[in-house]
Amino acid sequence: MKPCAFEYFNPQSVQEAIALLDRYGDEAKIIAGGQSLVPMMNFRLARPEILIDITGIKKLEYIKTEGDELVIGALARERDIEQSPLVVEKWPILSKAISFIGHSAIRNRGTIGGSLVHADPSAEIPTSLCALNGNVKVVGPSGEKILQPEEFFMTYLTTSLEPSDLLVEVRIPALPEKTGWSFGELSRRSGDFAIVAVGILLFTETTGVCREARISMGGVAPTPVRAEEAEALLAGQKITEKLIAEAAQQAAEETDTEPDYHASAEYRMEMARVFVKRGLQEACNMLNGGQ
Amino acid sequence: MTDSRRIMVKVNGVDYERLVEPRQLRVDFLRDDLELIGTHFGCEHGICGSCTVLFNGRAVRSCLMFAVQADGADILTVEGLADGKQLHPLQVAFREKHGLQCGFCTPGMLMTAYEFLNENSNPSEEEVRKNMSGVLCRCTGYKQVVDSVMEAAQQMRNK
Ligand SMILES: Cc1cc2nc3c(=O)[nH]c(=O)nc-3n(C[C@H](O)[C@H](O)[C@H](O)COP(=O)(O)OP(=O)(O)OC[C@H]3O[C@@H](n4cnc5c(N)ncnc54)[C@H](O)[C@@H]3O)c2cc1C
Ligand code: FES
Ligand code: FES
Repeated sequence: MKPCAFEYFNPQSVQEAIALLDRYGDEAKIIAGGQSLVPMMNFRLARPEILIDITGIKKLEYIKTEGDELVIGALARERDIEQSPLVVEKWPILSKAISFIGHSAIRNRGTIGGSLVHADPSAEIPTSLCALNGNVKVVGPSGEKILQPEEFFMTYLTTSLEPSDLLVEVRIPALPEKTGWSFGELSRRSGDFAIVAVGILLFTETTGVCREARISMGGVAPTPVRAEEAEALLAGQKITEKLIAEAAQQAAEETDTEPDYHASAEYRMEMARVFVKRGLQEACNMLNGGQ
Repeated sequence: MTDSRRIMVKVNGVDYERLVEPRQLRVDFLRDDLELIGTHFGCEHGICGSCTVLFNGRAVRSCLMFAVQADGADILTVEGLADGKQLHPLQVAFREKHGLQCGFCTPGMLMTAYEFLNENSNPSEEEVRKNMSGVLCRCTGYKQVVDSVMEAAQQMRNK
């Protein structure tokens, strides 16, 4: 099929984009990379009457640091973030997570803002944002707000954005020097959406003892989720194989899965356990190897 | 029908100026308006890769962009690969290593490999496999595609 007819605008500034959103409300849709929206338009699952192309707002393409935070403009392309030397060096988990998204031609167009607003629960960027304790900056007609992941992701493909809001920026705090991390996922074919995606961060001060653990899981609930009780099992402890197995089991119990076309609920839960276990082992080995 | 827009676009080094309806997909613009039918159109939703072209130097799905978004852009399609009658080393390698059978996926394979080899002139077979996994082929079983890209990489390095 082909998309329905629409009127096309290409604002060159955030103010202009918001004014258009404010004027057209529900009839309008933003297009960034188009890698999630255009497939839906081609199938006529989305039929916006007004399309607001924000890719002309070049000043939202930045990837930089402010203080020791990573700050990324909503229109930074997935591929540019994946390959950014800054990200690869200091936030490698984000680069690795993005490398799992679709294929290079998809990542060449897809943007960080688009992936977050699309809010697929198994998507890699939302899952890593939760692990990294990042937040998003949103601008609307009534001003600016900063939202934490739990205030932003509501349920499947749904965020707390108002129709006239624009996501403009993503902020990610610095990682401590002694960080072990991993990002892994299960998908049927290379490039497919993940059945289960798991991002792990382990922080340590004393060799072998975990100060803080973060376990973020995608694909196992209506939004990406942190396995908080499993994290609590690990915090302040010496990490052993036995503890890893317990934490992985606990994480699997913190999922809220539903069966779908790709996998049964039980399978997703079991795979969450397996991928948390492997992820913790990998992050742990990184810490041990790095000392 | 909504108002058409005038766009200027460079395709394979040739400048075009055309009126396009906003809802027209890039791939249809190339095929129907410019009659460059080398770019193929399969799934219409980004999965198959047969519509891949270079957009300002980067491989993109032309079924997931609108023609209006090409205003001012520089596009390379499979028709632009050869230098006159001299085939591009990728095209030669695909012919010699049997990287195609029916040829439906081939434009997408070539443009995907073109960007990939520009970025990585000495790839491992594993890297080739991962990168070419973004284009689906129903004929070859992929082995010959991988062989073709490896061969082209070598030929291009030897130049
Ligand atoms: C074949 C294929 C495979 C893919 N595989 C994966 C995968 O494995 N993992 C994965 O995570 N993704 C995958 N994707 C999706 C890809 O990552 C998309 O790029 C991403 O989900 C959306 O980003 P976009 O910039 O293309 O957004 P668009 O498609 O342009 O927009 C998506 C939605 O967000 C809204 N929006 C966009 N930007 C903003 C903004 N700044 N403010 C407010 N609203 C905004 C739009 O209105 C729309 O509703 C795949 C896509 C394809 C076609
Ligand atoms: S037609 Fe564009 S990817 Fe299949
Ligand atoms: S050669 Fe027939 S689909 Fe690839």
